[in-house]
Amino acid sequence: MRAVFHGIRVFGSRALDRAEPLIRIIIYFSGWSSILFVAAIFFFIIKEAWPILPQVNWGEFFFENRWLPNPAEGNAPVYGAAGILYGTFAVTAVSMCIAMPLGLAAAVYISEFATGKVKETLKILVELLAAIPSIIWGFIGLVIVSPLIQNIFNVEIGVNLLNASLMVSMMAIPLIVSISEDSLRAVPDSYREAALALGASRWEVIYKVLFPAAKNGLLAASMLGVGRAVGETMAVWMASGGTESIPDEFSPMILFERIKAMTATIASEMPDAAHGGEHYMMLFVVGIVLLLISVIINVVSDLVIKGIKKRNA
Amino acid sequence: MSAADQPFTASSHERRKLLREKIVRRLMLASALALIIPVVTVIVYLFVKAAPVLSWDYIFQNPGPLGKTGGIWLPLMGTFYLVLVSLALVAPVGILAGIYINEYAPNNWLTRAIGMAVTSLAGVPSIVHALFGVGAFVLTLGLGKSLMAAACTIAVMTIPVIVTATREALAAVPMAFREACWNMGATKWQTIRTIVLPNSISGILTGVILEVSRAAGETAPILFTGAVASVAISTETFDRKIVPYDLNEPFMAMSYHLHVVAEKISGMPEAMKFGTAAVLIALILIINSISITLRVWLRSRKKW
Amino acid sequence: MSENVHIEFNNVSVRYGNDIALDDLDFQVKRNTIYGVVGPANSGKTTMLKCINRTIDFINSAKVEGRVTIDGEDVSKLRNVFALRRRIGMVFPLPVGLPLSIYDNVAYGPRMAGIHDKDRLDELVERCLKQSVLWDEVKDRLKSLGTKLSGGQQQRLTLARALSLEPEILCLDEFSIAIDPVTTMKIEDVLSTLKGEMTIILVTNLIQQAQRISDDLMFLNDSEIVEQGPTAELFANPQKELTARYLSGEMG
Repeated sequence: MRAVFHGIRVFGSRALDRAEPLIRIIIYFSGWSSILFVAAIFFFIIKEAWPILPQVNWGEFFFENRWLPNPAEGNAPVYGAAGILYGTFAVTAVSMCIAMPLGLAAAVYISEFATGKVKETLKILVELLAAIPSIIWGFIGLVIVSPLIQNIFNVEIGVNLLNASLMVSMMAIPLIVSISEDSLRAVPDSYREAALALGASRWEVIYKVLFPAAKNGLLAASMLGVGRAVGETMAVWMASGGTESIPDEFSPMILFERIKAMTATIASEMPDAAHGGEHYMMLFVVGIVLLLISVIINVVSDLVIKGIKKRNA
Repeated sequence: MSAADQPFTASSHERRKLLREKIVRRLMLASALALIIPVVTVIVYLFVKAAPVLSWDYIFQNPGPLGKTGGIWLPLMGTFYLVLVSLALVAPVGILAGIYINEYAPNNWLTRAIGMAVTSLAGVPSIVHALFGVGAFVLTLGLGKSLMAAACTIAVMTIPVIVTATREALAAVPMAFREACWNMGATKWQTIRTIVLPNSISGILTGVILEVSRAAGETAPILFTGAVASVAISTETFDRKIVPYDLNEPFMAMSYHLHVVAEKISGMPEAMKFGTAAVLIALILIINSISITLRVWLRSRKKW
Repeated sequence: MSENVHIEFNNVSVRYGNDIALDDLDFQVKRNTIYGVVGPANSGKTTMLKCINRTIDFINSAKVEGRVTIDGEDVSKLRNVFALRRRIGMVFPLPVGLPLSIYDNVAYGPRMAGIHDKDRLDELVERCLKQSVLWDEVKDRLKSLGTKLSGGQQQRLTLARALSLEPEILCLDEFSIAIDPVTTMKIEDVLSTLKGEMTIILVTNLIQQAQRISDDLMFLNDSEIVEQGPTAELFANPQKELTARYLSGEMG
């Protein structure tokens, strides 16, 4: 029996070695394939929107708040996406206001104050939090948070900017926590020890020494959080109310307005858009805008992180 | 009494600093807890509200008409096969790409471009992946709205997950091992297949489990590429029960099913909505717990 | 070209980008001798070894000029570089046990070369472990993990691995840095007997070690050869003042 296993191992060993040139080719192609896929994503999305691109009224698209793909009888469809752009921007801004301080504070606690089992447990909890899918948050927003908001704040609608932002922040926080914690951990202990030896309190060490030292990583964490918020679909869609509007005045009440984000627009309208039609293609145009924003954010934050890695190496 | 008289007593300035530090520390802990406690509460609430429907029957029965009654077997199976097929597609490519980047790639612009491509892929919003899936798989490749098209879309979306996990696992193997092998006349591939890969399996496995979790939970990428609210499939026979779907047909999935029962159907019993949510989140939490347990267990068995 | 010359460097220069690592090295190593190479840190000793088995190829920024020959053949022209590396055993400063069993550690090289016959491998493993004075300590636990051995044992394991392919050349790069004096002495004794079977290049920063066991000696400083010749002569009658100062322990 053992002889058989040995024989198989030897044969497998020899076969794998003789196949090395072929295996090398496969490995090289797999490596280059990621570039292929990114290019493919750009290609296919632009391809579906291609016929309409020359005719898009970009001024209307970016500055008019009238998204009417199916207007009343006799009127031409209008694709003014200002309201939708506002929706994405508003959700991102509000959710970042919640997520960044909370995420940073949690990261500082885990990195600087928590020890041993507590630290391990917290890190695991953050990981599990990160795993909760978007649809669950959307569900929670729709079914649990919405009535809560209605009761606590005495408003009519529970699915609104506040709700959506809360849900999106819950998705962005784990990302911010883990990257911030990584960059805080990367600051050498000698910095902390030197500051403490000079009489600084723990808080002063964090505020005056660690934050400046880790600022690139913290910046990158925030940017990735923003990227997450911009790209979120299901959580925003189910918790946001589905009507785009840009408020006239800047008051806390805007938190309770319904909004519509770019991602949600695509998700909700695509099933009804006639394939190949104008509406269909305009949705792909929104997709292009989304794609560009996300890729830029990700590439820049990656460069920022690489900047730190090079300095720490 | 000044500080000079009593060297080890805190001055008033220092006492204020200590107080500030205490406050800050409490605040930080509070924010960490502020995250966790609501989430745990919400999840418990989910399960409590789902309790009326949760039973083995619920899991093994198909959804009734409009999903108002019955169970979640078909969506559960749909998610299962979606995960299976997407994993079969992405794992080889992702692992080999990770091997290329960490072991073979020279230090030039092309390699940096590949790294950037993987990062960009990770940043693409899920709905954009759906659009890509429609353009590339549903339409151009002619797969139509199907399990295959959705699996392909998920596969492309999770490439960065597998690649990054593989790269990190490979990088954790010390360079000294590789050099020792090369000096004995082993080729790069021999070194990889005998020393580097076997000692990276745990990290790669972590990436695989992460992919499984993403594939099970994502909704947006499968929205237009294959998930539907209901299918006309009978699962009377045993083999139909185990393998209800064809690769080229649309399918039901847990994530999409939750979306449907939560919003799209009027008169849906509350418990049914919560039931689907509870099963889905239980699934995700179990998958991720396996990953975490695996990591902890393997760390204790370190070979060097 | 005398029959006795095994390895030869002809005007070999190596640059890493703009940094000069080796400057116009020219020397010969006679067959079945121990050729010592001494010099301070960063003088180019490791680079020189890398040129012999062409592991310099792995460093992208390295540019090599000149000829390195083994038995008259230019190593850079050899088609099968892996076969070349199998003819040369390498021992590095830091002990490295592969994360395999002790048996598999020593059998690794032969297996990668295509030798799978169990009896032959058994005999090879035993012989190499005996040669590197490790057999007695590990013969009852050949299946245990190589990485769990002590530093001195791992270095002997590395030596056993280097010997497993029955090389014609053995190169040691400051092998005694991370191990205890007792193990060092044991290995030095082994080297003296091994030179009957192979040619040995011993790079070392321990001057007494070079004096003890090497037949010929080269003093490398700042990427160039200061002086070379039979060991006894270099110690008794150094031609350059730098050599005298280094060999007496004044510098480096």
